[in-house]
Amino acid sequence: MTDIRYLAPGTLDEAVGAYAAAAGAARILAGGTDLLVQMRAGVVRPGLIVDIKKIAEMTTIEETPEGGFRIGAAVSGARLAEHPRFGKVWPGVLEGINLIGSKQVQGRASPGGNLCNASPAGDSVPAMIAAGAVVTIQGPNGRRQMPVEAVPAGPGRTNLAPGEILVSFTLPPQPAGTGDAYLRMIPRTEMDIAVVGCGACITLEDGVVTQARIGLGAVAPTPLLVGPAAAALIGSRLEEAALAAAAAACSAACRPIDDKRGTIAYRTKVAGVLLRRCVAIAADRAGRA
Amino acid sequence: MNDMTNKWIGQRTIRPDGAEKVTGRAAYAADTTMPGMIWGKVLRSPHAHAVIRSIDTAKAEALPGVKAVVTRADIVDFPLDKPVMLGIQDMRWMSRNVMAREKALFHGHPVAAVAATSESIAAEALRLIEVEYEVLPHVIEIDDALRPDAPILHDFLRFEGKPSNIAGKLEHKLGNIEAGFAEADVVIERSFTTRPVHQGYIEPHACLVSVAADGKTTIWSSSQGQFMVRAMTALLTGLPQSDIRAIPAEIGGGFGGKTIIYLEPLATLLSKKSGRPVKMVMSREEVMRASGPTSGSKSTVKIGATRDGRLVAAQGTFWLQAGALPGSPIRGAAGCGFAPYTIPNVVATGFDVVSNRSKVAAYRAPGAPIGAYAVECVIDEVAEALGMDPLELRLKNAARQGTKAAHGPVYPRIGFMETIEAAQAHPHYNTPLGEAPAGRLRGRGVASGFWFNAGGESSAQVNITEDGNVVVTTGHPDIGGSRASIANITAELLGIDYKRVSVLIGDTATIGYSNLTGGSRVLFASAMVVTQSAEKVITSLKERAAKIWKIDPEAVAWENGEARPVSENAGRFPPLSLAELAARATETGGPIGAGVQLNTTGAEGGFATHLCDVEVDVDLGIVRVLRYTSFQDVGRAVHPSYVEGQMQGGAAQGIGWALNEEYIYDRQGRVENAGFLDYRMPVCSDLPMLDAVMIEVPNPKHPQGVRGVGEVPLVPPLAAVANAVHDALGKRFYALPMSPPRVLERLEG
Amino acid sequence: MAKIHVTTTVNGEPVEFLCEPQQSMLDVLRGPLGLTGSKEGCGSGDCGACSITLDGRLICSCLMLAVEAEGHEIGTIEGMASGDGLHPLQQKFLEMAALQCGICTPGVLIAARALLEKNPDPTETEVRFGLAGNLCRCTGYDKIVRAVLETAAEMRGAKAEMPEAVR
Repeated sequence: MTDIRYLAPGTLDEAVGAYAAAAGAARILAGGTDLLVQMRAGVVRPGLIVDIKKIAEMTTIEETPEGGFRIGAAVSGARLAEHPRFGKVWPGVLEGINLIGSKQVQGRASPGGNLCNASPAGDSVPAMIAAGAVVTIQGPNGRRQMPVEAVPAGPGRTNLAPGEILVSFTLPPQPAGTGDAYLRMIPRTEMDIAVVGCGACITLEDGVVTQARIGLGAVAPTPLLVGPAAAALIGSRLEEAALAAAAAACSAACRPIDDKRGTIAYRTKVAGVLLRRCVAIAADRAGRA
Repeated sequence: MNDMTNKWIGQRTIRPDGAEKVTGRAAYAADTTMPGMIWGKVLRSPHAHAVIRSIDTAKAEALPGVKAVVTRADIVDFPLDKPVMLGIQDMRWMSRNVMAREKALFHGHPVAAVAATSESIAAEALRLIEVEYEVLPHVIEIDDALRPDAPILHDFLRFEGKPSNIAGKLEHKLGNIEAGFAEADVVIERSFTTRPVHQGYIEPHACLVSVAADGKTTIWSSSQGQFMVRAMTALLTGLPQSDIRAIPAEIGGGFGGKTIIYLEPLATLLSKKSGRPVKMVMSREEVMRASGPTSGSKSTVKIGATRDGRLVAAQGTFWLQAGALPGSPIRGAAGCGFAPYTIPNVVATGFDVVSNRSKVAAYRAPGAPIGAYAVECVIDEVAEALGMDPLELRLKNAARQGTKAAHGPVYPRIGFMETIEAAQAHPHYNTPLGEAPAGRLRGRGVASGFWFNAGGESSAQVNITEDGNVVVTTGHPDIGGSRASIANITAELLGIDYKRVSVLIGDTATIGYSNLTGGSRVLFASAMVVTQSAEKVITSLKERAAKIWKIDPEAVAWENGEARPVSENAGRFPPLSLAELAARATETGGPIGAGVQLNTTGAEGGFATHLCDVEVDVDLGIVRVLRYTSFQDVGRAVHPSYVEGQMQGGAAQGIGWALNEEYIYDRQGRVENAGFLDYRMPVCSDLPMLDAVMIEVPNPKHPQGVRGVGEVPLVPPLAAVANAVHDALGKRFYALPMSPPRVLERLEG
Repeated sequence: MAKIHVTTTVNGEPVEFLCEPQQSMLDVLRGPLGLTGSKEGCGSGDCGACSITLDGRLICSCLMLAVEAEGHEIGTIEGMASGDGLHPLQQKFLEMAALQCGICTPGVLIAARALLEKNPDPTETEVRFGLAGNLCRCTGYDKIVRAVLETAAEMRGAKAEMPEAVR
């Protein structure tokens, strides 16, 4: 049996120092809703657990002076849902985060954990991609930023360098007339992993789409930013032709697998269906924004 | 004793075990500890099919903290040439299920067990056990198991003289099937498949066993029968039953899955070897991989009807997966499918098929949902072909008093027709489905179902306490509120307040032999022995009053909890209450109490008809149940809330079976979804309210009119949902589950 | 393996325990603390039978390390009834037969209480989604949902009437 150590540092520097020093034997603990399951299943046997929830920056939600949001990586979904403004500005991102597991899991699970767990099906990721969120990372060599979609490298793998910790998400200020949404397909109504997830963020000016970003989950080894789907929408008034082209672009972007949760054919078809539904919700919100 | 003037029977009383359960105090098997207790864990086969060449436990035994290791060498084996039956279980197979012998027969099959001072040391010890396997080709699905070149699981199994994976066959025949079909104007024949589904009890199997230095053994475990636990453990460990005291812990769900044992003999042997109490608790993954689901199946059903809607012939062939060892519920599939109908010519055949899956266990009306699914879907098609309302067709052919069923009995008074008539008259059946939102379609389906129900052995003891209250002890683990019903009946019989009755479940040392909690038999059988015990107590109370009053016992009546003279002629005495008689027990003959032990009979079958409305998202293939109503002949609802609870729970399980639950295997023969995340039982937000309409047609063979109610509710839902989906989409589904990818594939195909 | 000393509060009472770093809160509740009312149905956060509150927030105790309890407040089923009586949800569950085998009941009650604290007037749909993390295999949820809705109504009634009574 290997000894496990537990550390709950109060500062990010301490956390990065300990995490880097453990050289791969360490795991970051935020909500623990993936880590504890993996430990119990024997999939991971960390030598060191670094609990980041005592680090202020990682547990804070703040509005940036420019009108965006900065969310600490370890903020739980339940806390984010209680924030007076966040869900009004980014309902789609909140929907995604609030679909991670049950109410119980919501009490713990964080967007940072959801992203770093690097499941292709993580519910918060497509909406974050659609929102154009950028993550801040800190490691032994200092801080850097990257777009959310650049973090996952494949199932269970990220592009974080050894010793780097995901610190926060920054959501940009929204142009007027912007709305976002997230929808997923699951067999039940709750408690399932997404078979397909779709996030959409749309900006409308006089009914014309001026900006669009589409994120797709569970259809490829990593969540995808689907540029061609957005391109099909931009400049349109969301006419049938544009929606059909965007849906086709989503289906075309899929590189799914057959597994216990869905088939290739099913996922490919459903990606297009969800795109249409998700865009409709986002556009409706944009129209009201 | 059986009318609507009852004071307590039919009341929604608060269950005697309720307060402990809502406060977290009720002791389930995993909640129990003992001084010096150590932990047992099971090493399981990583292969679906493999010869076990050798097992070397030396390194594990040498690990500090390890106190005992057991392997196949420690379990009692039984010669293969003749059955060793315990109820419906053959101990030859039970022995091999509890621990693999010559071969590991499924992924997760126990190969060894260890006990150590901590769970982590036990887990570490498992890794140190060296097992040499010779991996064999495996087979999972029925069709593959029946192929001429299929890997044969058991070389001792022969079917029609040849080595085979068919372990058994059962046939029911009535009339002349050829002549029947010749008479038919419409004949529909269809083939169906269902997947194995798990009972899904939330409490994993658990036990705590202490074998003392003198061999006296105490077992606390979660089971549907403490006497079953005692008998099976005795048989598999070689201990005499008299040395084993099996104590039924509160049970966290069973649905049939806890009518056999997995851990108890291993923990007993580990405790015996180590001299320490041993606790074993399965993980959810172990439950899913290695405890019995019910069978997957394939079946073909052919039904013939005349133009005017008379069912004249029915033939069904049902192939059921047994798992790795014989014993699938072919009796339920072949026996129950056609049982709701008066059909003069029937052939129903069941085949028991082994493959490299975990051995099946009973699941709520074992086999019956599988049979009913096929039959009720075909009946729906017959109704469609005849242009008849599906309930009308069922009513026209409904079994009634005097109907001879293919599986044997001639029915006494039953309430099946009443369930159909109630469904026809119910607002649910007469309310339009309403407009579905864009992209969705709605449909309504109906189906009926039958379950045998069971009687059998039960014991009860009714004792009057010194202060004049009542303690009732029965021998059946209370799986869904039976103690509340027993308390209602006892209060009714003795004419006292319900709150003065305490109901306990005895262990194997404190109550007489009582058969399993299973077959929907508990209230039927225990009410009988409790009734007879209470009647004996009343006789004794009257005798005591007579003694006090110095009159003839025949001249004493028992009314409203008091003894009183039958008339003024008998004498003028103020009544003697139960408390007064209890206080004078010593002088009137000693303690007051009586026990009765019986092999009960007369548990007649149960019937139900279900209505289901669904809405299908045609672009995603998702089926949601919008409305569901069950109509069931419940005999007498002694405690209506818990009868409704059985009906609602069964409907929910059936909806899960129909829509999303299934075992998924990978190419190596391993279950891929061995957990609640991907084994998709209905969650709260998946379901609507589940309306339960109780129809009380008292069982004429029972003192309170009780019929079993627990299992029938799982029989109709599979077809009710399937028929509703057909109504919505205009397409038939012949395979379960109707999960979104399958629905979409069918819609597009 | 070196154990860690943890000081925490359980059901309002100060508690100290020793645990291994990888032990879950559920393991410690059920083991050293003897609070076996929280049940383990899955160990992976999929059934809700181990539901507790952490600083008032609903969580699965199987998904929390015991060491994380340091300085926080834990609430379990054992703390739901007050000295003189059952919580209204507990009472209503008994009256309406919202339990059969009872193994999921502690978790359901903890989740239902958390739901009503946030939303005293939930719709049926809100109750269903609020309890979606609690698997029950016996009841089909019907009586559970009805009991929660009825309790909510009663508790609102009680609250609304209270100022009257005080006056």
